[in-house]
Amino acid sequence: MARKVSELNASSVADIAFLLLIFFLVATTMDVDSGLSRKLSPMPEPGAENNQMTKERNVFVVLINQYDRILVDGVEMDVHNLRKEAKEFIANPHNKANLPEKTLKHIDYLGDVMVSKGIISLMNDRATSYGIYLKVQNELVAAYNEVREEAALRRFGKHYNELIKEKQDAIKKLHPQIISEAEPKNIGGKK
Amino acid sequence: MAKFERKGKGGIPAISTASLPDIIFMLLFFFMVTTTMRETTINVQQRLPKATEVKKLERKSLVSSISIGSPKIALQATYGSEPRIQLNDAFAKVEDIRDYITAERENMDEKERPLMTVALKIDEKTKMGIVVDVKQELRKASALKISYISRKGTSID
Repeated sequence: MARKVSELNASSVADIAFLLLIFFLVATTMDVDSGLSRKLSPMPEPGAENNQMTKERNVFVVLINQYDRILVDGVEMDVHNLRKEAKEFIANPHNKANLPEKTLKHIDYLGDVMVSKGIISLMNDRATSYGIYLKVQNELVAAYNEVREEAALRRFGKHYNELIKEKQDAIKKLHPQIISEAEPKNIGGKK
Repeated sequence: MAKFERKGKGGIPAISTASLPDIIFMLLFFFMVTTTMRETTINVQQRLPKATEVKKLERKSLVSSISIGSPKIALQATYGSEPRIQLNDAFAKVEDIRDYITAERENMDEKERPLMTVALKIDEKTKMGIVVDVKQELRKASALKISYISRKGTSID
């Protein structure tokens, strides 16, 4: 019979491991940042006047004033209704005369389709709070995402996220996301 | 009366702790894999707004962050309670942002520079004035990809 090997004293290994564990608990964070991705428009070239005129029906004007109230196309609106209104503006399913025009365009995978000319214009005051601003941004992005999701289901019979890259791009071209942010005004007075 | 028979020599045999280090090491590896290093201490009070359409910022190396909010209570005696901009570890002025972006860009790999994202961590009570100034500065620095850091959840309730 083999000689009995005396057991190694492993009690301090646990302490060392505990030390390391506590170090990592303190020095690291668990949360991965997540956020609403947006793209800023590049600075206009000096001298280049922006005299692009867009028809009134093609613009969805969202104003937020210093009291955090929202005005959409001249009518005060609650943030809850914003998504529905924006969706109708983006898709314009019944080709209403007061909603954006559409032009015929050729898009790969989709063929010749009608693409809306709509632009969402967002304007805020310097005294608007960031909270409401982000809420509005979120609702507008959500509206676009929902319209794209519906289009993906209708055209390809699949969820937008499950489509291949090229098809996603086609859907993106079908409903281009144009949210323009005007230079902020200072209606509310003090900074 | 029944008698309990004693086994062995008496005394409770020591519980083997040989597997304890293994368990702790397992925990350690779990934390090492799932967490990321804390980079900066945030000196501003932040209650991030909620949003539903959030995307995760996958690659930390491409992200530079700017925090805006009122200074922490302990720092308010020195810095006041007006919202301030924090870059890295220190408070900064709006004009410093361009240098900060340039420096961050220098640190990046040449190929990855166009993918740079600026994470804006802004307290929900901040007024848009300061945010707009920061955004203008980012446009001038042509750091156009931004992300409004927010918590996931319904924004309207």
